[in-house]
Amino acid sequence: MKLIGLVLANFKRHKLRTLLTMLSIVVAFILFAYLSAIKKGFEMGVSVAGADRLVVRHKISLIQPLPQSYQAQIDRMDGITLSSQASWFGGLYRDKQVQWAQIAVEPEKFTQIYTEFLIPPEQKKAWFETRTGAVAGRKTAERFGWKVGDKITLQATFNRPKVGNTWTFDLVGIYDGAHPEVDTTAFWFRHDYLNENRLYGDGITGWYYIKIKDPKNAESIARKIDEQFANSPAETKTETEKAFIKGFAEQVGNIGAIVTAILTAVFFTILLVAGNTMAQAVRERVGELGVLKAIGFTDGQVLALVLIESLLISMIAGGVGILLGWMFVSAGDPTGGALPVFFFAPRSIVTAAVLAVLLGIVTGALPAFQAMRLNPVEALRRE
Amino acid sequence: MNWLAQVAALIGFSLRSLPARIGAALAAIFGIAGVVAVLVGVLSIGAGFHKVMADTGSPDTAIVLRSGADSEMTSVLVGPDADVIATAAGVARAGGKPLASPELFVVVDLPKRSTGTPANVPFRGVKAEAFAVRPEVKIVQGRPFAWGRNEVIVGRAALSQFANTELGTKLHLGQNIWEVVGIFEAKGGISESELWADAAVLGPAYRRGNSYQTVMVKLASPGSFQQFKDALTADPRVSLRIERETDYYAAQSRTLRFLVTGLAVVICGLMGLGALFGALNTMYTAVSARSREIATLEAIGFGGGAVMISVLFEALLLALAGGLLGAVGAYLAFDGYKTATMNWQTFSQVAFAFDVTPSLMIGAILYALVIGAVGGLFPAIRAARLPVSLALREP
Repeated sequence: MKLIGLVLANFKRHKLRTLLTMLSIVVAFILFAYLSAIKKGFEMGVSVAGADRLVVRHKISLIQPLPQSYQAQIDRMDGITLSSQASWFGGLYRDKQVQWAQIAVEPEKFTQIYTEFLIPPEQKKAWFETRTGAVAGRKTAERFGWKVGDKITLQATFNRPKVGNTWTFDLVGIYDGAHPEVDTTAFWFRHDYLNENRLYGDGITGWYYIKIKDPKNAESIARKIDEQFANSPAETKTETEKAFIKGFAEQVGNIGAIVTAILTAVFFTILLVAGNTMAQAVRERVGELGVLKAIGFTDGQVLALVLIESLLISMIAGGVGILLGWMFVSAGDPTGGALPVFFFAPRSIVTAAVLAVLLGIVTGALPAFQAMRLNPVEALRRE
Repeated sequence: MNWLAQVAALIGFSLRSLPARIGAALAAIFGIAGVVAVLVGVLSIGAGFHKVMADTGSPDTAIVLRSGADSEMTSVLVGPDADVIATAAGVARAGGKPLASPELFVVVDLPKRSTGTPANVPFRGVKAEAFAVRPEVKIVQGRPFAWGRNEVIVGRAALSQFANTELGTKLHLGQNIWEVVGIFEAKGGISESELWADAAVLGPAYRRGNSYQTVMVKLASPGSFQQFKDALTADPRVSLRIERETDYYAAQSRTLRFLVTGLAVVICGLMGLGALFGALNTMYTAVSARSREIATLEAIGFGGGAVMISVLFEALLLALAGGLLGAVGAYLAFDGYKTATMNWQTFSQVAFAFDVTPSLMIGAILYALVIGAVGGLFPAIRAARLPVSLALREP
């Protein structure tokens, strides 16, 4: 109790210095929140990818189409629950040149495979009944100001319609994610509408989503599918959804390594600033610490005195930083919707909290050790 | 003693006493160096990507896509379109033949060297005109592919980033086997990330029939662009998008540059704030440690303004040291670092090298100086206002 009183008294000594140190720690943790969210965004939801889902695509590359006739053969295979065709559309909305995911699927099957896309039942029903129907993710709907019932017109690129140069969809639903890591930027519409209205591309689809009965068999099923179509004009590559997304994310580059490098630089900097402050605080107080020792404080108590001080600084500042970081990240991502998900994951919050404690220990350790080793006679004479 | 001499003397004092405060000074220097290094490092990604795109275009070359297409990936032109384009006004001619190069663009999976994971590598099918339209493409190893055969040439950057692209490799893509017979350069342009083969062989292999993605056209002169564009726009047989090659590639790097710049502003803005608090701390501590000294100087006639300048100077000096350290460190660590990323417009990989340009370094050092100036200003004001009698009375 006495120790806490002393620590608090010490805070008041250099209010400005303590405040500045704390502010720099606060900033470090806001950065941590941002960078964790960015990293999550670039991972594209790999950690929530369903283990019971496979993706079948053309072996040469994702842009090569597969025959629609493969679906019947796939559905007949053992261990497979159902499959859905899927095709990249690549349309342009208004004058925006940026591509975002518009994908044609088979709604009845697709909604059974992807249960984490939450679509209200009546909207789902409308989608099943409307050939031109489409559902958009919440994030995209908000970005473009869409409401259920809107007509959405996309300019065609490589999917040319039979007439004109645009495709019109009826927005029958808006979906939410079952948890924050679900990508809500996509636009799903019906493959039968695509089949019927496109000028070229009879009988082809981009890839297949498959739901399997038992995730344990994922690899053997994937191998069997690829064997089935080996030596055909369109050989396939089947992988788990996780591997598929991971491969996709790695095409962008090693974002994880870049983020880690930046965070290391940030925390190293903060460590220097905070450590320097603590060292200074101890240096200035050498005489005082000598007095404390002379009147009977033990080595352990002096050590604790300094450590508690540094721990309090970094934990209070770290806590404020984590809270502010969480608030800023929740307010939206700085790229204006380029990242599919952007949030401060609970796991990252725990990591940040651990880092705050570690920071306090590391910055306080050396000065605290010096304080403990202080010889009271020496200390008093130095004054 | 005049004012300038006072300032000079005071700066001398503070610099000589710097070793006594070396810990705090180093903390400020490294703090700022960290910010500068991250700033330069992040921005050099955008600069490097932009350099590849900027090195690709030539003002006397035009790219023709289908109207509505935003990139080669989403464009489809049929054979008759290509003929219309080749015979349009404004196209340069050599030996009576128009310099128009219809090109196929597909994407193939090759493992990245760094991670072993598959990457979308652009694979271009060309005709003889391609080499006339892009004179910068030169074989540096091996030989050009033979027309009509399953042979490819590989760009230098693609060779460094993707496995199975070495000279002599037999590349298995689907049911076709391609032999790598040559390595080419294109003055650092985006073509160096690509594989090239005969369009007449690539087309059937990918069942593209008599179709292409784009037609690249060499213009009679850079000024002929408008004439060429007007001629095709007015032609009722075709519906096309015509762009100068330089504009087309500049637009492709825009998304990544915006993203990188946006992230750099957020990250380095916050980091700068952190370093600013560190610098303030260092300078306040310096002033309070020297308060007796400063008070003594003021008592014997040094002006408050001169004291203020000397404190500010010290802060700027520390910031400059940190800025230089960070910029040079970033240059040594990042400049020329080769990597590849996804170009979302074409859904394929672009190899590039981080580019730490002098202007980036100078900009970052200026940023460091701003941090130093703000971090020194408030402590400097405090130093100048130090009540002499009080400071001297303190133990």
